[in-house]
Amino acid sequence: MGNHAVKTTAPVAVDMSWLETPASTARLSFRGNAAAIAAASTAFGVPLPTEACRAATVGTRSALWLGPDEYLLIAPESERLAIIQGFVRDLAAHPHSLVDVSHRQNALIVKGPHAVWLLESGCPLDLDLSRFPVGMCTRTLFEKSEITLWRTGTDTFHLEVWRSFMEYVTALLTETAHELPA
Amino acid sequence: MLIIHCPYCGDRPELEFSHGGQAQVVRPADPSKATDAEWTQFLYLRKNTRGLFAERWRHLRGCGRFFNAIRDTTTDQFVVTYRAGEQPPAIGSGGAL
Repeated sequence: MGNHAVKTTAPVAVDMSWLETPASTARLSFRGNAAAIAAASTAFGVPLPTEACRAATVGTRSALWLGPDEYLLIAPESERLAIIQGFVRDLAAHPHSLVDVSHRQNALIVKGPHAVWLLESGCPLDLDLSRFPVGMCTRTLFEKSEITLWRTGTDTFHLEVWRSFMEYVTALLTETAHELPA
Repeated sequence: MLIIHCPYCGDRPELEFSHGGQAQVVRPADPSKATDAEWTQFLYLRKNTRGLFAERWRHLRGCGRFFNAIRDTTTDQFVVTYRAGEQPPAIGSGGAL
């Protein structure tokens, strides 16, 4: 993330317990038709959701629906090569695309009772549980930056942010967090 | 904020969408035989309808998909949206479905 300077009116110490930056992760962008999606579910070991804007998790692996033929696959970094090799082996008969985007973006975990409030400061979506339930994921915007937002718990959100926007997103969230004590 | 119904993701804020111009612009069937006038028509000439207008929109900051919309250009009301490749629903006068 680097060191970013956040402009504040007074040098107030901010409680940052709502923010986590998880360990290195393998990320794969998968695209293909229905047959390829079915084959990918077997190869990846997680049934790729066909319902719009939903994520599925099995063990340490997750598949996030991003579009009707597009998924973001998340797994531990150590399994990256094995997954790619599995797709090469199992999906040879299916036209598809599998792109390693592990280093294109980083993750942020925003959690705690103020998570929704913090995210709604920059995200135009309605994050109420009835409209954005646990397990829902989508690409959307945070202020001017594109993010992938995934609700992993009632008060826990997983954000995927492109690296060059990470400082921007983190700084804005931190700026908003200055208002938390008030 | 204007809410647009994405045929894939459901109701989403306008910010996530980008406009894709007039819908149903048909590419010449045999491009190498098309005249300059036909190419001009295909590439550059667009309608500027006042009222209900079929447009392409893209859920750029969401599922990324193009879809079609019928929008009233005077009121900015989205009458209906539907997936690319589907037939537009019949629309009566005044935008009533």
